[in-house]
Amino acid sequence: MFKTHVVQKGMTLPIMGSPSDLLGTLESTTTFAITPDSYLGLVPKLAVKEGDKVLAGDSILFHKKDDRIRITSPVSGVVTSIVRGAKRRLEHVLIEADAVQAYASFPKGHPANRDEVIERLTASGLWTMLEMRPYGIIANPNDQPKAVFINAMATAPFAPEASITLKGREMDFQSGIKVLSLLASKTVLSIAEDESSTALVGAENVEIHRFQGQHPAGNTSVHIAHVSPLNKGEVVWAIDAQDVAILGQFFRLGEVHLERVITMGGTGFVDPSYVKAMPCMQLTSAMDEALRVDRTYRVISGSVLTGQAVGKDGFLSYNANQLTAIPEGEGTEFFGWVLPNIRKFSKNRTFISWMFPHRKYDLSTKMNGEDRNFVMTGEYDRVFPFDILPNQLLKAMWANDLESMEALGAYEVVEEDFALCEVICTSKQPLQSLVRSALDMLHAEMN
Amino acid sequence: MKFLQNIFDATRPAVTDGKFKALMPMHNALETMMFVPDHNTDNGSHVRDAIDLKRTMVTVIFALMPALLFGLFNAGYQHYKALGLLVDGDLISQFLTLDNALFGAWRLVPMILVTYAAGLGVEMVFAFKNKHAVAEGFLVSGILIPLIMPLDMPLWMIAVSTIFAVLIAKEVFGGTGMNILNIALTARAFAFFAYPSVMSGDKAWVNTTTEAGQSVVDGYSGATALGEMAATGSSSYSAWDAFIGIIPGSIGETSVVMILLGAVLLIVTRIASWKIMLSAVMGALLMGWIFNGLASYMISPEQQVYMAMPFYEHLLYGGFAFGIVFMATDPVSSAHTERGKWIFGFLVGMLSIIIRVFNPAYPEGVMLAILFMNVMAPLIDHYVVAANISRRQKRSTVKAS
Repeated sequence: MFKTHVVQKGMTLPIMGSPSDLLGTLESTTTFAITPDSYLGLVPKLAVKEGDKVLAGDSILFHKKDDRIRITSPVSGVVTSIVRGAKRRLEHVLIEADAVQAYASFPKGHPANRDEVIERLTASGLWTMLEMRPYGIIANPNDQPKAVFINAMATAPFAPEASITLKGREMDFQSGIKVLSLLASKTVLSIAEDESSTALVGAENVEIHRFQGQHPAGNTSVHIAHVSPLNKGEVVWAIDAQDVAILGQFFRLGEVHLERVITMGGTGFVDPSYVKAMPCMQLTSAMDEALRVDRTYRVISGSVLTGQAVGKDGFLSYNANQLTAIPEGEGTEFFGWVLPNIRKFSKNRTFISWMFPHRKYDLSTKMNGEDRNFVMTGEYDRVFPFDILPNQLLKAMWANDLESMEALGAYEVVEEDFALCEVICTSKQPLQSLVRSALDMLHAEMN
Repeated sequence: MKFLQNIFDATRPAVTDGKFKALMPMHNALETMMFVPDHNTDNGSHVRDAIDLKRTMVTVIFALMPALLFGLFNAGYQHYKALGLLVDGDLISQFLTLDNALFGAWRLVPMILVTYAAGLGVEMVFAFKNKHAVAEGFLVSGILIPLIMPLDMPLWMIAVSTIFAVLIAKEVFGGTGMNILNIALTARAFAFFAYPSVMSGDKAWVNTTTEAGQSVVDGYSGATALGEMAATGSSSYSAWDAFIGIIPGSIGETSVVMILLGAVLLIVTRIASWKIMLSAVMGALLMGWIFNGLASYMISPEQQVYMAMPFYEHLLYGGFAFGIVFMATDPVSSAHTERGKWIFGFLVGMLSIIIRVFNPAYPEGVMLAILFMNVMAPLIDHYVVAANISRRQKRSTVKAS
């Protein structure tokens, strides 16, 4: 009934620690942090000072280049400290939450037109949920996107399924879609090939596309490439399905409620499952309970492919829909590069383990080698489902060659699309950071 | 193993800050060879595949082993055959003898040691100068070079050829991953043009040194199959002999069946591109087939006979199989795009046969064909990339109009 796009290339990371469907709650803490660095494209300007009282939804930061865009507080409380790093760079704004939450009030009801949507979303801080493609940064309200892409398909390791995260929020999700459909002439909802949740399959005011395939088939770039490829000068806005429900709820209540259903996945957790969690919360007390204590685990806000290592005392990112904990790699391996190694994960077939394709591994953060120049070719192509030559594009980025980057398709990808290439790279090249800095440079140069 | 790790840990301060700084690349290379280091991922992907360049390279070395071991026996076999010293018996009892293997090993092992010493020496100097780790590229080149050189080559010539190749073909371009030409073939090409008397002629490929009381049998030539063909149009060796590999030639190249074993390992592990191998074979077959059709138009009778040779037999003689499996597939110097690999391999195959048949000065065409296509590979890639770019541009102009 809907068009199904088949994505041939990709890989399901065989990692142990998949979350169960059970839904728990992550024990809340009182400390929250706004971290400007996690908002790509933001040039932060403080709107508060230490000691200020804020409500949930009150501005904490402005974007220097467009002060309509602001970052608002997820909770009501007191701004306890403003943490700066080297050269007075803003690192965190820490907020101590009140015991009883109070919300700033915004207008209620369905917006009448596009301008009103933009005005109300930017004022509430929810605008930052919209991502701009190309570049993968916060959307620019002055752009006229050719489409809005809603992503309700999870293929990254342990990523939450939209059918579970949207449970009980179906109405808000639908009204969120209705709001978004005012922003562009085309609204696209991408779902998995076997999706059956009625909230998704029955969604209205939106063009539904099904996708079939392994990761990165769930990445927005793949959906855009199949439905409406991005050409130079065109803009698309992208948003996650659960954020659409948050947005719908905001227009219904006139208050900013950011609680999300996220997954806790990985062998580091005693009980990997879905939990309700507040973005920006400090993880310490929750992690004390949730983490196993037998080894050192790395706590990652986000997926094992693209997340940030935050540590158990760190903060959940504002946009994270998963938490991952995997063991830190320890020790050296004697002649590890020559032994047959049946129990090692590799997409490459020099390890006997390729004969056991269904085996799962307790993957650690080990690098498994040293970094080298690009040597192998044709390797990335196996997990990179775009009509883009990955080696050539990456080398253009490496050489800061803007013209070639543009010609080779830099506008159609963001760093997460190279995550699997980075995993399987023989030369251990840091591809995602390379792509991020190249896109930042391209953006600075073009705007 | 703790003991070894302790040695590395104890000596590390001396090479990082101490007076032995120049030994840092060597220390690092040795340590990382014995122990996969305990580096962890930073941000980006937090987990990584178990593969690294060392494992990739060592897999190629494993793939070379069947051809290498066979070559040891064949070196001895050819030597004793030339001297008429083979005992009576069937082929297997004549071929698989300890004497044969020892004869080959006695000459090949020093060649390998000298090649590694020369090549890794240059790599270490550059690693120290440019402050990077020693990359693994030379692990494979160091085995390949002895396998394609004559057994009797003076060791200093091997060292000079190796140093030339590593220096001029690799390090000046920026080291492993940056070279344009295949390193092993560059070394061979250097030797071929610098020391032609050692590298060609009937005496080059079989060791016929005699000791007191020994002599070469009457009428023995020692010419390779291709050498004979260039001269007379046909070879005294059967296609079957060539497939098994009991013919004169460099250590690694003679046995097609052993090279195929290596090819299977490389293809199954996906280290080498099957596209290049397949398309090269197709290119050679097509060229051979075209020559079959043209044979009767040739002027010289030798040429007529050579070109009328069954087209598939071209795959069995000379270094074709070895070059296609182990050198044309070099990921750095071959075409980098998947489509380009088809074109690259096909042209390598065609050119090998053309040079082989039409230029008697170079009885073996595969070396020059691969080196020439190494130079052309960026051009092939350029057009494949340009096609990708124009597809993208077309899409945007269609949209705009």
